[in-house]
Amino acid sequence: MSRLPERPGQRIDRSRPLSFSFDGKPRQGLAGDTIASALYAGGQRVFSRSFKYHRKRGEICGCGQCANSLVTVDGAPGVRACGEPLVEGMRVEHQNAWPSLGFDVMAATDRFGGPFTPPGFYYKTFIRPRRLWPLYEKVLRRAAGLGRLPKRQEERTWETEYRRRHCDVAVLGGGGAGLSAALRAAELGADVVLVDDDVEPGGALLVEGEHERARDLAARCAEAGVEIIFGGSALGYFDGLVAVWQGDTLHQVRAARHVAATGSIEQPLVFPGNDLPGVMLSGGALRLAALYGIAPGESVVVATCERRGLENALRLQALGVSVSAVADLRTGGDEDLCEQLRAGGAELLRGMTAVRASGRGRLAEVTIAAVAADGRAVGSSRTLACDCLAVCGGAAPASSLLLQAGARAAYDQAANRFLPGSLPAGVSGAGAVVGHEGPAPSLLSGSLAGADSALALGFGGPEDRARAEQERDRLDAALAAARPRQAPPALATDGGKGKAFVDLDEDITVKDVVYAAAEGYDSIELSKRYTTATMGPSQGRFSQLAAVRALAEDTGLSMGELGLTTARPPWAPVLLGALAGRPFEPAKRSALHGRHRELGATVEWAGEWRRAYDYGDPAAEALTVQEDAGLIDVSTLGKLIVRGPEAEEFLDRLYPNRMSSLKPGRIRYGILTSEAGRITDDGTVCRLDEETFYVTTTSSGAAAVENWFSWWRADWQAEVALTDVTQGLAAMNLAGPRSREILSELTELDCSNEAFPYLDGQHAVVAGVPCLLLRIGFTGELGYELHCPLANARALWDTIVAAGARPFGLEPQRILRLQKHHILVGQDTDSESTPYGANLAWAVKLDKDQDFIGRWALEAQAEAEPPHQLVGFSCPGGEVPTEGAAIVRDGVVTGQVTSSRRSPKLGQSIGLAMVAPGEAADGTAIEISDEGRRILATVTTAPFYDPEGEVVRS
Amino acid sequence: MSFLLTCPNCGTREVTDFGFGGEATPRPTAKPPRRELNRYLYFRRNVAGPQREWWVHRSGCRQWFLAERDTRSNEVMWTALPPDAPAPAAAGAGAGEGR
Repeated sequence: MSRLPERPGQRIDRSRPLSFSFDGKPRQGLAGDTIASALYAGGQRVFSRSFKYHRKRGEICGCGQCANSLVTVDGAPGVRACGEPLVEGMRVEHQNAWPSLGFDVMAATDRFGGPFTPPGFYYKTFIRPRRLWPLYEKVLRRAAGLGRLPKRQEERTWETEYRRRHCDVAVLGGGGAGLSAALRAAELGADVVLVDDDVEPGGALLVEGEHERARDLAARCAEAGVEIIFGGSALGYFDGLVAVWQGDTLHQVRAARHVAATGSIEQPLVFPGNDLPGVMLSGGALRLAALYGIAPGESVVVATCERRGLENALRLQALGVSVSAVADLRTGGDEDLCEQLRAGGAELLRGMTAVRASGRGRLAEVTIAAVAADGRAVGSSRTLACDCLAVCGGAAPASSLLLQAGARAAYDQAANRFLPGSLPAGVSGAGAVVGHEGPAPSLLSGSLAGADSALALGFGGPEDRARAEQERDRLDAALAAARPRQAPPALATDGGKGKAFVDLDEDITVKDVVYAAAEGYDSIELSKRYTTATMGPSQGRFSQLAAVRALAEDTGLSMGELGLTTARPPWAPVLLGALAGRPFEPAKRSALHGRHRELGATVEWAGEWRRAYDYGDPAAEALTVQEDAGLIDVSTLGKLIVRGPEAEEFLDRLYPNRMSSLKPGRIRYGILTSEAGRITDDGTVCRLDEETFYVTTTSSGAAAVENWFSWWRADWQAEVALTDVTQGLAAMNLAGPRSREILSELTELDCSNEAFPYLDGQHAVVAGVPCLLLRIGFTGELGYELHCPLANARALWDTIVAAGARPFGLEPQRILRLQKHHILVGQDTDSESTPYGANLAWAVKLDKDQDFIGRWALEAQAEAEPPHQLVGFSCPGGEVPTEGAAIVRDGVVTGQVTSSRRSPKLGQSIGLAMVAPGEAADGTAIEISDEGRRILATVTTAPFYDPEGEVVRS
Repeated sequence: MSFLLTCPNCGTREVTDFGFGGEATPRPTAKPPRRELNRYLYFRRNVAGPQREWWVHRSGCRQWFLAERDTRSNEVMWTALPPDAPAPAAAGAGAGEGR
């Protein structure tokens, strides 16, 4: 394993070797290596097989942005080898090749499948016969692919934290321009966040021999108070918020001003064989040499159409890489660089470019020729032996974030770039992303953007403004002196055979783009979708420009007329888990939950609550309540204190019945409706004193009722205070004929029917615990609801159970309440249910003077027949129909069963159902269709148990 | 969608801290005719432009307040508790803001 001599700026630590395996064979790398650089240093040139044709593919960008370097690491597919740091003991495997990377049987598609696999081939071919699609899909998914997910996956254990960061200026991109922008804005006093996706800020400076300047700038930024988020990808721009994924944190950076300094992406050249391992971007070759001390080849040829390629060739020379020849498509310009290259031993071929790369699975030689405007080789050509061809087909600004923010890309002919223009307010660009390329212009551009952002926010003074104007002039002058560029042809070729790729990720050739255009897909958005060019892992980073150019060449339209496809987030790949955040499944447990567990309760979900459904025998528990005494935890009920001089009027306006006429210490049942007169909740209201009411709601409706009350309170500006004590108080219902006897033993309160009648609420100390006692008919038996502080709940529960009450759960409670026709909002009602249809007309007082919520709609309902009526029913045959089963008359569904249970006390199958008005009379025979079963039932309008309510009043 | 809202009690927060109550629809003062009642109950203006609307600081003080927001740009012109809110531009004479 050979490396170039040690130099400052390299990332590797030669004293710390790391061991890993590739396809089962042991390999060596160094600390600081990426997986790809370690493999490359070890002689590996083929990294993957291509998506469609299974062609051998090697290193291209060196920065983890394309599909060529996708490998499977420790079982996880789709890892980008040239972006992933090497870790001791990694198990690295190739993807998309069988049986091996070197010999892949599917590579036959390359040789024979070419003519048969144009764009749209799958859509057209595998559509018939339809029934075979599942089989086709299975085969195609295996053939084309980017790795395979393991069948069994471990549960995700890591969690993502969300962090919100508000700042004055956010700088996206930590290259020279970004660092300068951040530094300048911070020096002017702005709170600045800088985001960079590399392991250290510096961007291109780090590979261009300017690492010292990068580190100096970063240090000065830190000193000036800039927060630098490195190793974090800016995923997208969302209305002023930039999401940045950094390991296990998702930063949501919101800034008053954004500066995008995202740089530019070097573009490949298009010629036959341009995908051979050994053909790479000049920047990729430079990264290998500069950061990891690896010579990209024994003999390197450079092909470029811009100054950038010459600069990179010089840098490669300076790092000790042998550059044998440099082809520059331009016929003149940059003579100084050419002279230096020649001095370094390179042959200069001006006005020429690569028209073919060849070799058996690996680059062996490249053909260089002058080309006509259509890309055809003209004149004599040169064939050069080499093992690395470093290409530079210009650059594309990494403008995605700017475009997402609302900028529009326009093609600048002279610059040979799509440059983002008409930037939205508060967003600016700096450096190469807005065409300010080169070391000096990009630093100036950054500094100016930082100054402009901070000045716009009111930082700095007149002298800072003056300095910014000076910088603007200097930048304009520097840009005016820019060197000439030449756009490469859409396809440079010697006229021979061979595939020339515009998109390596998806295996899309120039021919494919032309074929799609001939089929009518001649706009860039349609071409993209039909050919899938730019839809691979690199998301068009290395293919968009080539695809547009190929389409422009074919259609005769200009680059500007064709334009770019829409930029959408995410700009960088992100794990779904990072966006999902930490698993959040809240469970609410009452203060008595532990006791229920100890008592052997069956615990089930009830909304967000974990509740005791029963303690083993629901029927026996229900019977005990009816014949002796039972105790149920009802802490989940919503509990709201409404207090203030206008409290009674407030409640009168919310409830359809009267609450103002309640005397202190008395309780009334009430329903809540929407303005449309639909039942939304129900519960009891106890007046504690003149100005204070204690309101209970259903368990599931607690939050909604609190929200509803506070909304109207705000709207009416009512002089009431709302206190939600749902989570602060526990509640339990002591019910059954013996409940009075049990309660009397535990309190000094006179519990006689005369002193504490039905629907009375009283404060008392029970078993040493201060309680609010509500005597209500919750279960249909004599009963008391005890509300007490959470801390005392267990003691109180234990004492009452010890005194003889049997714990009962939700299921027996359902039976008991059903016997009384007590509705369960949401179970026996739906969003259309009205009080009139739910037998609750008695809870609506239209003769009230007060205007109240839903009054007008209820008045209209009162005049018409409700479309459905809620009635009780019993099944003489003893069947218990499924809740939700249909009520059928003459083969037509007329209603449905909403609740059904078997009552042990009555020895009967009972239920509630919504039926058509014509079926609502007492004694009507109805038919229930329950999953094929036909069940006969009889309508019962009066409650099944204690219809006169004598028991609850006794 | 992402923008900032200023709770009159707590100050400026991310919009995800808040619950949306929809456009403020003045509640009729007296019993409206059937057609108007239906309009009040079921119809919303759904404007493209500045809209007077309800918000609640769900993850904060739980106060309901009014705001004017441009539905096209999410620019928030003002937020205020109902007593401090500017009078509605349209003379929709109603008792309070309604839903």
